[in-house]
This record gives sequence, C-alpha cells and structure tokens, in this order.
Amino acid sequence: MALEMNQPGVWSKSERELRGAFLSQLEVIPGGDKIKACIQCGTCTGSCPVSYAMDISPRGVMALFRAGDIEAILRSRTIWVCASCYVCTTRCPAGIKITDILYALKRIAIEKGIFPSRFPVYHLSEQFVKMVNKYGRNYELGLIRRFNFRTGLKKFWQMAPLAWKLFIHGRLSFRPSRIKGLDQIHKIIASAQREPVPVSRETSEFLGTVGYAATTEVEEKVAAGGNQA
Amino acid sequence: MKYLYYPGCSLESQAQAYDVSLKTVLRLLGQELHEIPDWNCCGATAYMSVKETVAFSISARNLALAEKMGGEVIAPCSSCFTILTKTNRYLKAQPALKELVNQALKAGELEYNGNTTVRHPLDVLVNDVGVEVIKIFAKRDLNGLRIAPYYGCQLVRPERGFDDREFPTTMDDLFSELGGKIVYFPVKVRCCGGMLMSTFPEVGLKLTKEILECAYENQAEVIITTCPMCHINLEAYQKKINKRFKTNFRIPIWYFTQLLGWVLGATEEELGLKYNLINISKEKLSKTLEAV
Repeated sequence: MALEMNQPGVWSKSERELRGAFLSQLEVIPGGDKIKACIQCGTCTGSCPVSYAMDISPRGVMALFRAGDIEAILRSRTIWVCASCYVCTTRCPAGIKITDILYALKRIAIEKGIFPSRFPVYHLSEQFVKMVNKYGRNYELGLIRRFNFRTGLKKFWQMAPLAWKLFIHGRLSFRPSRIKGLDQIHKIIASAQREPVPVSRETSEFLGTVGYAATTEVEEKVAAGGNQA
Repeated sequence: MKYLYYPGCSLESQAQAYDVSLKTVLRLLGQELHEIPDWNCCGATAYMSVKETVAFSISARNLALAEKMGGEVIAPCSSCFTILTKTNRYLKAQPALKELVNQALKAGELEYNGNTTVRHPLDVLVNDVGVEVIKIFAKRDLNGLRIAPYYGCQLVRPERGFDDREFPTTMDDLFSELGGKIVYFPVKVRCCGGMLMSTFPEVGLKLTKEILECAYENQAEVIITTCPMCHINLEAYQKKINKRFKTNFRIPIWYFTQLLGWVLGATEEELGLKYNLINISKEKLSKTLEAV
C-alpha cells in the first residue's frame, strides 16, 4: 500500500480503506464512538506505564486518527507495546475506550500484514490461537517452544534455566490438556470465522460525523481481509 | 449460591498452587465448587487481538455451559475473569454480536442467553462469605506478618467491579483483620507487564522490578497476588531482574488463597506450597500463633 499525500480535508485512498476498517471495528466496542470526544488532555499518556517505550503516545494515536493518518499508527510500536492494563481507559475524562481501540488497530495491522517479520507480539498471538484451536486450551510448553522458534533460537536457550526450575517444581506440563468437545469447538470456530465483525446499524450514524462514510466496496474489502500490504 | 468453577489453562499447569489452595479455602469455609465440565480456553488477550468474533464465540461457549448448569462462575485468573466479563458486557451492548455468537454456538449445539454472572474468588470470599465468618474459621493469626497485597490490572479494571479501580482495599482489609501488617504499597494496581515479559523483555523486566522494589523498600515479607500472570512475572523472573538491575530481591510471592488457607489452618500440602519457587521461611511461618 503506497502512501499518498493527503489533500487537506480529503483522505487518501489507502487512508479511506484503513479508516473504513477501523470505524467498523469501533462500532463493536460499546461506547466506541466516544473517540470523537477526545480533548487531547494527555491523561492517557501520563498514566500509561509503557508510554516511555512507545514511539507514538496514546494521545498521539487519537490525534493521528483525527488528522487522518491511521497508517502512521499502524506502523508504530505503540499498538504492540500496550500491555492491556486499562489504566488509560479507566482515567480518560472523555470515557474513550483506549485499550479496546488499540486492540482494534492491532487487528487491522494483522489483517493488512503491517508489522516486521519475526515480530514477537504477532507470533505469540498467532501461536496462542493455534494452540487453542488445536487443543481447546492453552499448552504453555508448546506455546513457548513454537514462539521462540519463530522469533529466534537464542531466546529459547535463554528460557531453558527458568523452564527447568518450573519443571522441578512441578509447574510445567509436558502433555497438553485436550478438551473432549474439540469437535464442537471446531464447529463454533469455523462458523464464527465465516462472519466479518458485525455492526449494529442503530449505532452506525456516527460514521458520517467523523468525515467519512464507508462505501460498500471498502466494507467488502475489509470483510475479505488478507494481506494487502 | 451454587458456585461453578472455571479454573482456566494456567491453573491446570503453571499455577497449580492457586488451584489447590483455592479449593482448600472454599472447602474449609464450607462452600461447594462445581467445575464446569469440559471448559475451554477463554481466549485471553492474545486471541482477542487476532480474531474478535471467534474470540467472543469460544469465550461464550464457557458461559453457555455454565448457563445450562445454573449458578455463578468463579474465575480465579484475572485474565479469564476480565475476558469472560468483557464477553458478557459486549454481548449485552451489541445485539448483532450476540446474534452472531449464538449462530456460531448453534453450530456446536449450544445457546447463550446472557444469564451467567462471572465473579472473582476474592469478591466471593469477602462479600458472600464475609470477613466475620472467615475470622470465626481462623485457626492461626498472622501476627504482624508484613504483607504487600498486589491487585494488578485486570482484576479491578476496566469497568468498576467489586472494588475501586485506583485504590482497591479488599485484600488489605481482609488480611489486616486476620492479623497481618499491610505495608505501604502504592504500586498495588500498577501493571507487571504481563506478556511483555516474553515479547519485549526489557520493558517487562522494568515494570516488574518497580513492583518488587516498592515491596522491598517497605520491607514486605510476602507479596500476595490474585493472578497467575502477575505471579509468574513477580516470582520466576526475580533472578533475571536481580542480574539485570543489580538488585538483591528474594521476596516470596504467594497467591492470596495460600495465605488465607494458612490462616484457616490448612497444611503445606493443601496449599500447594511445594509449587512456589520462593517461600516464606519456616521461622516466619512459625511466628503465626496457633488457635486464636
């Protein structure tokens, strides 16, 4: 996706696409439309325990959304560094669900494939999903092994002493715990996977007020997903 | 009240101490616990950030199974607790999402109407059983043991639950009533870093170090937690933190149910103390008076 110059007040094509994806994700979040109410006070950034490790602060994320540069947010470290502690959401005087908004942005980045290869957060999530799909439950040892193989073997050896310590204290299981209803959960996952994220039409009128209405074409593209980068 | 037990993946493997001690505590207090048969992973934060609809659907499978049994779900892991609660909140606010999730559940011959309440054991112990009743059952007195109660993030946030989001006091009140000395611990709801310990270790180590440092400076003899993730970060990474920051921490990290069980007179086995990497020393434990 090539970055185009934004005309003042006009979103570029790529921005429109990302915006469409983002706005339809926002609608699922109860109170997601409150993003409009941001007063740029910086409480989120000031409260965030990991903002020091971000390149764009949470407040900056809100500002960039308004300015029409979602791509810059997706290319930042910010969405991946968030530890889901929810302090920003709790303290935001405008009631913006900042953590859930960062989740939404993360999903779009994954959908569009915007992240470096060997990127730890993505691989951890991906392997976690695979474990759960396979066994119905998380299998810690399998997760650590697969995760470290994908992000660098050096880490695997660094983990070894800790894994050993947990093992001798009886805290590391070598056999995954499988649920009996694997067949049932596979059916549920398959059925849920077919559907795009739903949008309740009653809440969708705010789409127009932020300066952009999703076209059917864009919505279809979003639903199709896949790596378009 | 009929309590349905949702242990979650961690309590099956890494956090068996929490599982064992929670069951002991509830047994000693005369509460019955019914495990939800064939429960599955709640999806945790990781699933939610990849496939939203699927994440809500698998999370709702547990709630649907619980609904069939009737009763309140007890979810001890803070992450499971927050995800299951979030699923309930989202399904209630978004009829379209609920319909979709039910469509997926139908493929597995299940249905969820949104009638399952999810609770944390700390809430149940303090607000259903009650501190007064716990005091009647108490066999030991903590005798001024210096305790740092660590609540973490996902137990008290994002929505206001059974305690304050900025300054929760449930554990403070409970254990000071049982004879413990609660130390000054302003970082009690600060993030431990969670999964950042695996993904960006430099960030994770720093966050966890700040919590340990505060407990160390205030001479806490034990940090008590309510979450398996916080527990492993605070306990298992102490050695790495010591190496990285040239500190000298060796602070026992217990699940709050282990300390509560100790007060109720449970044995070391019944509390799963063998699973802990660092334990409270025998001398300190023997200071706790028998029979109050």
